[in-house]
Amino acid sequence: MTTDRVAGGALALLALVVVEECWRGRLPFGTLAVPGPAYVPILLATVLFASGILIVAFGRGAPAVGAAGWSEWRHSLAIVATCAFVALAIERLGYRSTIVIACGFLIGVVERRHPVAAALVAIGLATGTYYLFDTLLRVQLPRGPFGL
Amino acid sequence: MLETLSNLGLGFSVALSPPILMYAFVGCLVGTLVGVLPGVGPLAGISLLLPATFGLDATRAIVMLAGIYYGAMYGGSTTSILMRIPGEAASVMTCIDGYAMARKGRAGAALAIAAVGSYIAGTASVVGLMLLAPPLADFALRFGPPEHLALLLLGLLVLAYMSSGSMLKSLAMAAFGLLLGMVGIDQMSGYFRFAYGVVELGDGLGVVPVAVGLFGVAEILATAGQPTAPKVIKPRLRELLPSRQEWRESIAPIGRGTVLGFLVGILPGSAHIISSFVSYAVEKRVSRHPEQFGHGAVAGVAGPESANNAATSGAMVPMLALGVPSGPIPAVMLAAMMVHGVSPGPLLIQQQPALFWGFIASMYVGNVVLLVLNLPLVGLFVNILRVPYPYLYPAILVFSILGVYAVNGSVVDVWIMLLMGVLGWVLRKLDFETAPIVLGVVLAPLIELSMRQSLAMSDGSYMIFLTRPIAVVLLAVGAVLVLMNLYTFLGRRLDWRARLAMAEKGEEAP
Repeated sequence: MTTDRVAGGALALLALVVVEECWRGRLPFGTLAVPGPAYVPILLATVLFASGILIVAFGRGAPAVGAAGWSEWRHSLAIVATCAFVALAIERLGYRSTIVIACGFLIGVVERRHPVAAALVAIGLATGTYYLFDTLLRVQLPRGPFGL
Repeated sequence: MLETLSNLGLGFSVALSPPILMYAFVGCLVGTLVGVLPGVGPLAGISLLLPATFGLDATRAIVMLAGIYYGAMYGGSTTSILMRIPGEAASVMTCIDGYAMARKGRAGAALAIAAVGSYIAGTASVVGLMLLAPPLADFALRFGPPEHLALLLLGLLVLAYMSSGSMLKSLAMAAFGLLLGMVGIDQMSGYFRFAYGVVELGDGLGVVPVAVGLFGVAEILATAGQPTAPKVIKPRLRELLPSRQEWRESIAPIGRGTVLGFLVGILPGSAHIISSFVSYAVEKRVSRHPEQFGHGAVAGVAGPESANNAATSGAMVPMLALGVPSGPIPAVMLAAMMVHGVSPGPLLIQQQPALFWGFIASMYVGNVVLLVLNLPLVGLFVNILRVPYPYLYPAILVFSILGVYAVNGSVVDVWIMLLMGVLGWVLRKLDFETAPIVLGVVLAPLIELSMRQSLAMSDGSYMIFLTRPIAVVLLAVGAVLVLMNLYTFLGRRLDWRARLAMAEKGEEAP
């Protein structure tokens, strides 16, 4: 499979999902004179579907999916997992604790740097950015247990 | 003309007040840092730092964000010249001859030429912005919903045409971005669309999480695992002054780059990248020694650097005068202005002259600040480049999360950023451009509103778009672009866009 064929197929499928969602959500299509909330999404889904099919049709000469170079996927997965942890924990553990854990994990575990350096950088980043945004710029950041 | 000068006087009275001057300085400094860091371009930089401006009034916030914008364009040249890594995409062409000059021991001269060229181009193009934006805004007052829709569609078509990849793929990405922009409550009927029960999605997908995800996080995902640590050439301060010969060789390219960059900047598309590419090609064509290009030609630095900075001001013209962003960076600037209660468009100049002219004047001041900042502090910026990437990217990631979370104080935005980051990474692997997605998200509500209003006006007849002269001309230009692309595609020709794509990937054209 080539990259264009995979991507084009995914786009066409997404267009069908949009149409199905309009139908399932009972969004009125309206009339030409008074278009409803589903009118423009379905129009766009049609354009997306047509584009997806054309990309598939002309996608024979594109590189194979495997040749796109995915060697960094383990690293990327670790970063995505860390971000997901931040999204889950930031309002439970507080900004500073969450960032210390996330940065400590990325630098110390994923990047395999010296634990002391990882801890220092993580604590510095968390407290520094908290001071800059929360204290100086008054952008309220979440606090967790013990006010951290 | 007298009126323009008196307005500019008003602008300088705003821009030279100490607080505005300070925010211009901070914006330029932060922007330069953002531009220097590989992977954090002006788009991600503005998005990340938008929450930091929430406590400021509109003028200060916009002056600071504009400073970040052109500061990042300046800063991008430093990594290009010293490391052969473009700090942002527009500096790709500077890498070639800038790095070659650095290897010959002329790093300081290359940096000075880039800084002076950027200063001249930045200042001259602000004159163009000042003269062109008010009459364009007057003209735009004649626009009704059909003309507005035609203009927005033309913007998307030009962006797709100008992109270095396939126009079809770019159009598909624009349609995808427009669909993402449909998420949330429908403005006209109040229906919830594609929100899957998530209340926070009622206001739609924010531009900031989408832009930071697609550009900032995707870049980190793509580069964090790569073996890095490229060599940084450190220039000596006493070598910063170019020789008389180098000055002579740079004057004409700076002039050509300025005019070309400004004109390309007005057009929708990735103006900075295109302007620097076109400028490089022009300089090589007109040079008496084209064989020097690639081996440290002064014109190969002066032209593209001037062009990409002139394009910054050019891109402001349609945004300020028409309220239509010409690319993803002006789109985020537009969103930032809206956050601060400013609606760019034809009425901005009339209703908020102090803000508009203060902004214009601050750009003159900002260019001086950048020139003063860039050369003496180059040593400091070089030291930042020496921070190992395993320490640098977690910091960028923290700023990304912080910037996105702080906009609405919502974790949902962090999830959107993460999803967009993964999507952006995958799309890059599949050779799809992500800039049209951001533009689509910004333009979606405007396009939908104009379309539904136009159809209501015409009682459901699409002929309304073909009976109003301005709309017809705009749509005809769009159709010509599609036909031009078809002509290239069917003839299997290698046009300038294909060569630009190859240059961005570091490949040689056959």
